Amino acid sequence: MATATPTQQQASRRKAPTGYRDDTRLALLFILPALIGFAVFMIWPTLRGIYLSFTKFNLLTPPKFNGLDNYIRMVQDPVFWNALKVTLYYVVLNIGLQTVLALVIAVMMQRLTQKTWLRGIVLTPYLVSNVVAAMVFLWILDYQLGIGNTILAGLGLDRLPFLSSDTWVIPTIALINVWRHVGYTALLIFAGLQLIPETVYEAGKIDGASEVRMFRSITIPLLRPILSLVLIITVVGSFQVFDTVAIATRGGPVDSSRVLQFYIYDVAFGRFQFGYASAMSVALLAVLVVITFVQYRLTRAESSDLA
Amino acid sequence: MTSLRHRIQAAAVAAALAIGALTACSGGGGGSANGPIEYWLWDSAQQPGYQKCADAFQQQNPGLKIHISQYGWDAYWSKLTAGFIADTAPDVFTDHLSKFAQYVDLKVLRPLDDLGPTSDISDGDYQQGLAELWKGQDGKRYGAPKDWDTIAIFYNNAALKAAGVDPSELQNLNWNPTDGGTFEKLVAHLTIDTKGRRGDEAGFDKAHVKTHGLASEGSGGGGWGQTQWSAFAGSAGWQATDKNPWGSRFNLDKPELQNTLSWYFGLVRKGYMPSYEEIGGANAVGTDKQIQSGTAALGLSGSWMISTFTKLTDAAGKKLDIGLAPTPIGPSGKRASMFNGLADSVTTLSKQPENAAKWVKFLSGAECQNIIGQSGVVFPARPAGTDLAIAYNKNERKLDVTPFTQQVKDKTTFLFPVTTNAADIAALMAPRFDAVYIGSSPISSLNKLNNQLNDLFKVAQ
Repeated sequence: MATATPTQQQASRRKAPTGYRDDTRLALLFILPALIGFAVFMIWPTLRGIYLSFTKFNLLTPPKFNGLDNYIRMVQDPVFWNALKVTLYYVVLNIGLQTVLALVIAVMMQRLTQKTWLRGIVLTPYLVSNVVAAMVFLWILDYQLGIGNTILAGLGLDRLPFLSSDTWVIPTIALINVWRHVGYTALLIFAGLQLIPETVYEAGKIDGASEVRMFRSITIPLLRPILSLVLIITVVGSFQVFDTVAIATRGGPVDSSRVLQFYIYDVAFGRFQFGYASAMSVALLAVLVVITFVQYRLTRAESSDLA
Repeated sequence: MTSLRHRIQAAAVAAALAIGALTACSGGGGGSANGPIEYWLWDSAQQPGYQKCADAFQQQNPGLKIHISQYGWDAYWSKLTAGFIADTAPDVFTDHLSKFAQYVDLKVLRPLDDLGPTSDISDGDYQQGLAELWKGQDGKRYGAPKDWDTIAIFYNNAALKAAGVDPSELQNLNWNPTDGGTFEKLVAHLTIDTKGRRGDEAGFDKAHVKTHGLASEGSGGGGWGQTQWSAFAGSAGWQATDKNPWGSRFNLDKPELQNTLSWYFGLVRKGYMPSYEEIGGANAVGTDKQIQSGTAALGLSGSWMISTFTKLTDAAGKKLDIGLAPTPIGPSGKRASMFNGLADSVTTLSKQPENAAKWVKFLSGAECQNIIGQSGVVFPARPAGTDLAIAYNKNERKLDVTPFTQQVKDKTTFLFPVTTNAADIAALMAPRFDAVYIGSSPISSLNKLNNQLNDLFKVAQ
């Protein structure tokens, strides 16, 4: 049944006017540069990374095949499992806060103000590089010398070891990155909001719906495809948190901010165990594929309610 | 479609990390056959001295040029690693004992015996024991000694005066793991809480300390407690490994160490030493800055820090009066200091190894080491150079550096533990020692760590 229609369609397409084939060639020609880049910089490294995950490799001498050794070690490595746990905790905090905040900012930009400069300001933290942001916050939040703690002390509160206590470190890093990314996420959502026809809101107003009600019954449902796309992109990015950790905490205190990407980096470039690092990278790939697939399905990202 | 592409992209980025990151790390360094000899070091304080050496070398060797690059300690090693991979490594670089074994295993260092100019380097020209440290397990020499360092106490004279302590008292301190001895008494007395009460006075508030008696440079797990607890553990008779260099069994489970650490980290619980949180965890503020900012009165640090300490100023720009005292005498009845040294190594990536070796020979020779000695930044590996550095400190800085040199004379030093698998050891040790410092793991957790370290060598064999 299901195959019948496409076959018929293809059959009918074959009868299309001559010149169609030329179009395909031209199209391929246009796609080619991107395709080459994709193959060289994406597909080949991925395949090679997967191959290296089955080897013992220090990068300077040729890799030695060692079967499933790296994967067996990974399953038995408590630091790996802790890294996975820490990363998940970070992603939940980071994405949860960031998405809610970005949504609020986007809706305010859409419904309350039309000023371009105000919209621009929201984006400014995104212009700061991750490394610079991490270093600035490292100083602001320093226990003894940071202005953040000086203010806390000035208010008569106890100083907080933001980046050097296992309780605060992940929430602090998550907030630093929310600060940096929320504007960009808000902008993506804002673009989605522009797609919702004004007429729907006018109809809502005529029916006497409040802003909150319209947000719940119009904005959210119609924004769903965009929102799910934004979530997929930001979750994938969030899982790869690295620079903030590398600059501000180097995985500490103990292992409480040793996120997966940082652990992989440390094992590879600090300890020259590129085979094991590749195995963990493959695990991260698998986790991301599963999470993205689930997100895609749960949010029905491929269909819109607008039509 | 869009999300599918992103999915594949993201997935590919994740899996490609190991390879992709390499292409990003290039630039810097990179010797060629005709270009200048590329030389790297990490200590900016030492650069002017070595520039003078380079100038002298260039004068004596027309046609050869030296280009010196300086990168801070952390960036230095990652840049070097990237350089080995991307073929942009320098011809010659300053090497550290904690790193060179790994580089020998990775076959990126040239044995100096195989290069003409450096083939006749003699162990006897240097302070005893220094040159032998740089021989690999194959018996070949991989580094030419350039300097040495020991550990001593740096103190702020103003803090001592305010506490009514005579500086001469510090020259004969002792400690033990039970009550801390005169060292702990001193540290307690130098500690002041926010209400001005001293650590040994009634009502002292250990939770709100303004000045700690003793500074802290972290848990020391990444470098065998060199500027933290090594002087104490050493004076309790502890050795890190079964033999040194090239030990393969570890002694972290021994009571000498565990009692020492229990006492040492116990100072945090008493308020005499800052906690892990206070010093900023992984990005610990150095002893110099703690003394400068008045959050600590004294601290243990290495001889390479002399010039930094003597340049310290207070908020008004006035120079601090910094004094030196030897590490305290421990339960063994002797003092102890870790004895460490740096050397210059030639990389296998060098396109002009013979020229590079000429430069290394010059760096390890009398002329350059005398220049370095006269700059007073470090103690050169040759005894004559050391004497010049001692004289410089006495005349120019009015500083008696005997606390550093006496330990070498009295043979109360012990060597930095040189092992293979050093990067793995540091990666395993650092978090576990942090946990002990923080107090989230008991000292006895080091037993398990010790087994893990021993296992590293079982796997390797």
